[in-house]
Amino acid sequence: MTVWIEVDLCSGCKRCIKACPYGAIELKEGKACILERCTSCGACLDVCKEKAIQTDAEPRTIPDFSDRKGVWVFAEQRDGSLSRIALELLGKAQDLAVTLNQKVSALLLGDRISNLSGTLMAYGADNVYLAEHPGLKDYRTNAYTRVIEELVNQYKPNILLIGATHVGRDLAPRVSRRVGVGLTADCTELTIDPEEGILLQTRPAFGGNVMATIANRYSRPQMSTVRPGVMEVLETPGNKGDVIRHEVKLKEEDIGTKILEIVREEKKGVDIAEAKVIIAGGRGVGGADGFRVLEELAILLGGEVAGTRIVVEEGLIPVGNQVGQTGKSVRPELYVACGISGAIQHRAGMMNSRYIVAINNDPRAPIFQVADWGIIGDLNQVVPEMVEQLKEDIKGQV
Amino acid sequence: MNIIVMIKQVPDTADVKLDPKTGNLIREGIESIINPDDRHAIEAAVSLKAASGGKITAISMGPPQTIDAISEAMGMGVDNAILLTDMAFSGADTWATSFTLGKAIEKIGKYDLVICGRQAIDGDTAQIGPQVADYLDIPQVSYVCEIEEIREQTIVVKRRLEDGFERIECNLPAMLTVIGELNTPRYAHMARLIDACNDKVHIKEWSSADLGVQANEVGLEGSLTHVVKTFAPKFQRQGETLEGKPKEMVSDLIGRLKENRLI
Repeated sequence: MTVWIEVDLCSGCKRCIKACPYGAIELKEGKACILERCTSCGACLDVCKEKAIQTDAEPRTIPDFSDRKGVWVFAEQRDGSLSRIALELLGKAQDLAVTLNQKVSALLLGDRISNLSGTLMAYGADNVYLAEHPGLKDYRTNAYTRVIEELVNQYKPNILLIGATHVGRDLAPRVSRRVGVGLTADCTELTIDPEEGILLQTRPAFGGNVMATIANRYSRPQMSTVRPGVMEVLETPGNKGDVIRHEVKLKEEDIGTKILEIVREEKKGVDIAEAKVIIAGGRGVGGADGFRVLEELAILLGGEVAGTRIVVEEGLIPVGNQVGQTGKSVRPELYVACGISGAIQHRAGMMNSRYIVAINNDPRAPIFQVADWGIIGDLNQVVPEMVEQLKEDIKGQV
Repeated sequence: MNIIVMIKQVPDTADVKLDPKTGNLIREGIESIINPDDRHAIEAAVSLKAASGGKITAISMGPPQTIDAISEAMGMGVDNAILLTDMAFSGADTWATSFTLGKAIEKIGKYDLVICGRQAIDGDTAQIGPQVADYLDIPQVSYVCEIEEIREQTIVVKRRLEDGFERIECNLPAMLTVIGELNTPRYAHMARLIDACNDKVHIKEWSSADLGVQANEVGLEGSLTHVVKTFAPKFQRQGETLEGKPKEMVSDLIGRLKENRLI
């Protein structure tokens, strides 16, 4: 298909320029003009009030999905314990379900894991679809896809959320292709469109430089994977629901993969995604000596040390402690950014922190735009001074 | 061993900047590169071929300029390449893209392995590998960080997890999506790269007609998801810059942290 502008109708309002994800529309002599890099994605079509943007694509009819009900969450478990993402998804699902006046369901797959159902209900599940089978003990792509395919076809949910973990990012695309629906990856925001009642899925694109909101109008369930650490966990104590058992028939030869061994590598310290306080360092910290001071500050504040991509690449902190678009998203109570300029890729991972402190010697560093409190100064003076004063404080209390 | 490598040409997002006035992406002067994870996929294919023979076919969907990425892949040791290019393919989401790539792989015919990068840096979805695998009805292993062994009808690989890895034996033919940890990609061989530029024998262009697909099955029209709007991320807070000598600023800060019960 192609997209073109009826120049006579164009009012030069620039709405389409803003809407174009590819920067492929410019204003020339007061009229919109489509450039060569247009991908015909159609994002500009609806924003034009003058109907000046035209396409040769035939209008598509949106099928009737009024029988599609329920917000589903894939409750990821490993070794019989629930992943935190399962509870985060249930938190978001409650919010969506209230708006839609529908119910929240959790999908629990594994072997002898029925004891987890109660926890799922205590965090928002109105009911739990339980599939237990020795072949589901550890996650395997085809086995899990098969079971979820059966559940989706039988119960016809409206929305299906899966965590964007290494398991979820393997499973969700496979399920989406199998049941014939679209899928939006790594969402950081989910809302219901008040007019259409559809799920609006917002996610970072182009390495976090742009946020894109995506709709899934032509297929159900509306599927998203959701970035861990972004959604809030909401407890619903006393909530009770039904456990609906799904009979599992799996043939080993249909699965195609065998797990020979699972190796857990030992982790030091607390997972930064769950830390209450994070002391993060960037290029400005200098080196290992600088990080030792941050370490000291972290101990005093009861927190963990994290950092930017650069300091991970330099081997100053472990990969698991990287914050940002290619690392982890965190939402601690307190985030102290030391010597971090605040590139958009980094900010994307820490903007949900409750309070942010920025320490940097460059007053124009973008990190100050997201900080609650900024200190412009040499962190080699400021951080040791903080350590000093906090130690004095502790002495004073004894 | 016949291997198909799926690659994508992407803008180098490390270079992407926003126009401070309009909030739009500045696209001028941004280099197009082979997607970083896909370079590791090419390397994996080339080293597997070196060990056990066979043929490597690269396949990429994109505008005609994608020929640059294909030439580079040929320079790295790929034998044949197919460029899927057609206006009808543009604007595709992962549903339409995986359909198009799946159709092309069916047309190529017999293969033992399909390898691609875990994800592309412009979209970061990591969906195409698993979706193509499902279309082809073959098993997959994603996040592959080591290829241990090829047996008669299976392959043994390590799959990276957040807190370790698992060793998986996967039936062939299979789809692998690979991560940077797997290997160090070689540089393209200059002479091969130049030859590839005009190589009509080993590089073919396929359109929607060649794949026998309808316009409404591919591209924007064949997509199930659509971009509703895009915007620059907003992170602004009502920040306050503390003043004074380092000692004063620090005690001011500690006071505020206490006030908010952070310490």
